[in-house]
Amino acid sequence: MRTKQMLLALLTLLVCSSLMFAGTVSGKVTYTGTPAKQKPIDMSKEPSCAKQHATPVTVETVVTGPNNALENVVVYVSSGAPDDGQVPSQAVTFEQKGCQYLPHVLAMHVNQELKIVNSDQTSHNIHPLAKVNREWNKSQPPGTPPISEKYDKPEFISVKCNVHPWMHGEFAVLNTNHYDLSKGGGDFKLPNLPPGKYTITAWHEDYGTQTADVTITGNETKDVNFTFKAKAY
Amino acid sequence: MAKFFAITIIVIAILSAIPILRHTWVAPEDISTHGHLIDEQMSETMAEAGISFLAAQFILAIFVWRFSNPGPDAKIKKFPGGAKGLVIAALLVVGIEVMALGIFGVKAWANVYLSPPSADAMPIQVQAGQFAFYFRYPGPDGKLGPIHPELINEGSQNFYGLDPEHDPDSKDDIVTAEMAIPVNKEIHLLMHSKDVGHSFFVRELRVQQDFVPGLDVSLHFTATKVGKYEIVCTQLCGLGHYNMKAYLSVMSQPDFDDWMKKEAAMQ
Repeated sequence: MRTKQMLLALLTLLVCSSLMFAGTVSGKVTYTGTPAKQKPIDMSKEPSCAKQHATPVTVETVVTGPNNALENVVVYVSSGAPDDGQVPSQAVTFEQKGCQYLPHVLAMHVNQELKIVNSDQTSHNIHPLAKVNREWNKSQPPGTPPISEKYDKPEFISVKCNVHPWMHGEFAVLNTNHYDLSKGGGDFKLPNLPPGKYTITAWHEDYGTQTADVTITGNETKDVNFTFKAKAY
Repeated sequence: MAKFFAITIIVIAILSAIPILRHTWVAPEDISTHGHLIDEQMSETMAEAGISFLAAQFILAIFVWRFSNPGPDAKIKKFPGGAKGLVIAALLVVGIEVMALGIFGVKAWANVYLSPPSADAMPIQVQAGQFAFYFRYPGPDGKLGPIHPELINEGSQNFYGLDPEHDPDSKDDIVTAEMAIPVNKEIHLLMHSKDVGHSFFVRELRVQQDFVPGLDVSLHFTATKVGKYEIVCTQLCGLGHYNMKAYLSVMSQPDFDDWMKKEAAMQ
């Protein structure tokens, strides 16, 4: 009994201490200039998808929020991350719904299981245009079980559907678990970073990449902001 | 047995002719100005081919009935002139038949494909690509901007590879996924393929034309009835071929103008 209590106390102490010395990098992703108009998508060819959208959905290449916030930017620790090689056991899910990819940008760890789900009443043919990894494309009729895949090298991969030309998504295959996707306000957060020197990279599918170097000394939150220049077309 | 076989041939031949003579399966309504020529040609071809088919079956049945049990002493008769004469006669008969169909049929076909469109025909470009059609209207300037294949980006809806930033003609081009046309207005369809062979087929328009990669193909037609029709690809083009379609909306001129405004606002 006593040993068990001792162990528990020790464990709690360990967890607390690791939390105590874990820094966080957080910030905002914004843009300057005027982004290109995101055109509406005409899905009339696929009525089962078109009727799922009360108002026509638009292209999601550049998704913005209030105060020039830029969404769908993958922010990750590109060098110095302490967890290299630790593949999460949980799968990430990429859904095809209403002839769109949900989410539009999906980040995952190298060798992490990727589950591709077809929730539509029509066939899709998912075709990630990998260049470093092995390229494949797979047909997925409605009602078929999820496709399970993984990528063994880090790469940013554009995803298209061979049946519905307007469908477009992105995979970010990363060598780290320290990543985040900027949300509605352009915010991101990379917690649990032990003291050390890091390079933080922000990647946007149209606007490219930016990097910033950060040093974490203890239990602190470092502010890092990224600003991308919008392309007019 | 031979007599039973001969009767079976006759019965099958007559039964197969009945639905055609009774017009059991009629073609969909024709909504084009040239469609009646195609339909007449189809009827003529069907009549000629049908008569030839029935004649061949009857002759076959007669021969089976009469000559299948010649008996041990019967003499085998020969076609006058021997095999050589038979082959030449067959070539002549079939050749004349095929030539006649071609010569008479070209009238209907040439009317759609060889005559130039009238000067005020409305140009619409159609691009076929795996597995969808996209249409481009020239906009108020009446000019289609140049295509830059390297700029094609389906993810951002630049299906044609247009560069409106640098090409003034592309600025007002309108790209749509649905084809709308005004009723009773001649349409000059400019066709090209982005990738492989496809086909543009609208049953009601009596139009079916292949897209040939690398070729700019054009045709013209006039639709005479308001409605929504299906445009399908009828050239096996890959995995998603079954799903390659678009809709053709034939509208009154005011409806078309409204549609055009709406589409222009979405560019």
